[in-house]
Amino acid sequence: MSAVAANYDTLQDLGVEVISVSVDSQFVHKVWNDQELSKMAKKDIPFHMASDGPGNVGKIYGVYDEGAGVELRGRFIIDPDGVIQAMEVMTPPVGRQMSETIRQINAFQHVRATKGSEVCPAGWTLGKKTLKPGPSLVGNVWKEWSPLEDN
Amino acid sequence: MPEKKVGCARPTGAVVGDNAVQERSVKETTMLSAKVGTKAPDFEAPTYYQGDFTSVKLSDYLGKWVLLCFYPGDFTFV
Repeated sequence: MSAVAANYDTLQDLGVEVISVSVDSQFVHKVWNDQELSKMAKKDIPFHMASDGPGNVGKIYGVYDEGAGVELRGRFIIDPDGVIQAMEVMTPPVGRQMSETIRQINAFQHVRATKGSEVCPAGWTLGKKTLKPGPSLVGNVWKEWSPLEDN
Repeated sequence: MPEKKVGCARPTGAVVGDNAVQERSVKETTMLSAKVGTKAPDFEAPTYYQGDFTSVKLSDYLGKWVLLCFYPGDFTFV
C-alpha cells in the first residue's frame, strides 16, 4: 500500500480516489500507518484504509480467501458511472506495479473522453497512437498498428 | 471529524448508482458479484483516514474514478 501512497499525487491529478481494504481493524491500520507505511512512503497514508473484518466486501468482489481468512491482492478501477473497468487479482506473494495501474487509468480515461470513438491497443501509453474502430478498420489494423513497432 | 459508528463492513446490497433498490434479501445480496463492465457492488466500511476513525461508502464516490485495492494484511511483507 505504500506504493499506492507514493503515487497518490499522480492519482489525484488524474481525478482518482483511492480506497484500500483488508480484514485488519481500522485500529491496526492506524498503527501500520504510524509505524511502517508512513516511513516507506515518506508521508501518512492519504486515503481511506477500510476494515473488512468478516470479509463481507471481499466475498462479493471475489477476493476473499476463506481458508486463510484474508483478502487476495485485488485491484479494481471503477469509472465515474460506478462501472468496474478493470480488475487484477493476485495471490499474496507478488506485489502490484503502479505504473501499469496508472497506464490503464490513462487508457480508460482516454476511451471515455472520446466516448469510445478511440480505443487503445496493446501497450498503449499517453501520446501513443489509438485506433478508431469502424468498417474501414476491419481487416486493416495491420496497416495502422504493429506490436513490433513503437507506434 | 466526529467518530462515526458504522459497525462491520457490509455490502449495501445495491450496486453503485442504483438508487431504486433500498432493500434486498440476504440471498440477493450474496448473489451480487464484481465483474468488469458491470456496476460495482456498493459497500460501507469503517476506516482509518488521516488520523480519524470514520467510514467510507463506495457510492459516495459516484462521479469520480476510484481505485479500490484489497491486500492480504497489515504488516505483511509485500
